[in-house]
Amino acid sequence: MIEVNDLKKTYSIGKIEVHALRGITLKIRKGEFMAIMGPSGSGKSTLMNILGCLDRPTEGSYTLDQVHLDNLGDDELASIRNRKIGFVFQTFNLLSRNTALENVELPLLYAGFTDTKNTALKTLEDVGLAGRVNHRPNELSGGERQRVAIARAIVLNPSLILADEPTGNLDSGTGNEILKLFEWLNEKGTTVVIVTHEREIAMKCRRTVYTRDGLIQRDSAAEN
Amino acid sequence: MLFWQVIKVALRGIMANKTRSFLTMLGIIIGVGAIIAMLSIGEGAKRQVTQSIQRFGTNLLRVSPGAARIGHVRTGAVETLTRKDTQAIREKIPQIRLVAPSVRNMAQVKYANKNATTSVTGTTPEFTDVNSFPVAAGHFFNKTDVKVMRKVVALGTTVKQELFGEGVAIGKYIKLNGVNFMVIAIMESKGQSSWRDPDNQVFIPVTTSQKRLFKRDSIDAIYVQVESVENINEVKESIERLLRRRHRIPDGVESDFHIRDYTEFVTALREIGQTFTILLGGIAAVSLLVGGIGVMNIMLVSVTERTREIGIRMAVGARRRDILRQFLIEALVMTLLGGITGIAVGGAISYGISYFGKWETVVTPFSIFLAFFFSLLVGVVFGIYPARKASFMDPIEALRYE
Repeated sequence: MIEVNDLKKTYSIGKIEVHALRGITLKIRKGEFMAIMGPSGSGKSTLMNILGCLDRPTEGSYTLDQVHLDNLGDDELASIRNRKIGFVFQTFNLLSRNTALENVELPLLYAGFTDTKNTALKTLEDVGLAGRVNHRPNELSGGERQRVAIARAIVLNPSLILADEPTGNLDSGTGNEILKLFEWLNEKGTTVVIVTHEREIAMKCRRTVYTRDGLIQRDSAAEN
Repeated sequence: MLFWQVIKVALRGIMANKTRSFLTMLGIIIGVGAIIAMLSIGEGAKRQVTQSIQRFGTNLLRVSPGAARIGHVRTGAVETLTRKDTQAIREKIPQIRLVAPSVRNMAQVKYANKNATTSVTGTTPEFTDVNSFPVAAGHFFNKTDVKVMRKVVALGTTVKQELFGEGVAIGKYIKLNGVNFMVIAIMESKGQSSWRDPDNQVFIPVTTSQKRLFKRDSIDAIYVQVESVENINEVKESIERLLRRRHRIPDGVESDFHIRDYTEFVTALREIGQTFTILLGGIAAVSLLVGGIGVMNIMLVSVTERTREIGIRMAVGARRRDILRQFLIEALVMTLLGGITGIAVGGAISYGISYFGKWETVVTPFSIFLAFFFSLLVGVVFGIYPARKASFMDPIEALRYE
């Protein structure tokens, strides 16, 4: 379902060239529950940005759901982010002026739907926030905020959920609840990729990919 | 995204910083308000010109001594017209209804212990009809008064007020440069329509003026009322030929007099009014421009502040053009709200000017349309750059922005 081949990403900061990715080849099948681990600077964020179509690789190819993404324009990538990918961030990244409901409606609006309210309400119900739909992010707890973010990520039934340190700003109890939500999503068939540096979280994933210096150092799938 | 949803997002952006948005809009409000007010002053001036045409009548010709000069500027005293010329015009030119000479001098008027300086117009009885300057009380002097050089005077309302206040004037004697004149009539007020107050003058028989008071043979103007406007040019040419012959001016030499019809005068006034309007409108437009720069400034700040929001929107699927549209519409909503408020403010100002300043102002649909259109234009012109800046952001950088 996801296939990346020899991905390379080079940034130039002034005259210095930074090789964030040096050639990553990876296959993620539909319905996988996977963690990407690695120390900071290992390239895991860059990998996630490319998988999430926020960034383009310098070299290499990327295929998502049989679609080659290498030569797509900005608008097409925006549409893929909209329809096929759901992001969950460490810092939630909700629009602070908007209510939970409006935050969840956002992808639907950009997708061009006109009746967005019912779908968004239904999704908020699914993540257990039926009673908090008209609250703004600053009126919600950290866990609730992350639930809103997850609802926003899944409202268009994406094929891939990309979560960047989703429990990093939460206490362990709340973190576990959020992880359960990901597990539930995964059971329904959604592919989930979590970037993390917490071993406990990675343990709960069925597959873990370790990155180091822009390369895949170890892949638990290959070992089994 | 549906249009009203874009508007909703824009309004929310504006409402998030009420004071800042209001101050930004204030620039537009002032600009648009100034345009509306200034154009209403210009338009009012134009209306007044139109009204004065109706008052003068367009079938009026005025023969003045000296060659034609733009804007009534004459150099030196030119004394080429005489009362004989007036008679010749009256006798020899058909198609004219009335002719009246006019001699103007400044004189001291005195009644009891009050005195004033005013303009003394020597003329004939036809004057009131020719210039549509009717008598309010008493009787204007007649042909006999002119013939026997009677010392009678008709007062303009300003002079009457100055000398007599509310008291009775008719039948009283006033002194003009020390000579006794009997007041026989009070003119109706014409109202000040230009830089000169037509009510601040007095009228005496032309003969009295020339022979008894100022000892001057020349006259300052001959007013000719033509029977119908259609043959006004024909009459103008006839008078021109007649006077050139009388003054023995050879062909190819400029006439020592000129004939003006009021349409020409009115055209000149209209042009002045037009220039005036353009000038005022231009100044107002500059303030709108400054307001527009204010909008751009605030939009740039807003884009920077909301970098993260832009990143989030891009991550959930906003295309560049969605972001562009969002910020452009926000700028537009701001300038349009400012524009509409400015139209109301400008309307109120122009009402205030006509109410307190006694200066006629007219707010036309055209000026409202123009102001609205310009505020829209300002929104687009000054909104596009910040909006483009927003839409070209890199989503990763934007999401990382603190």
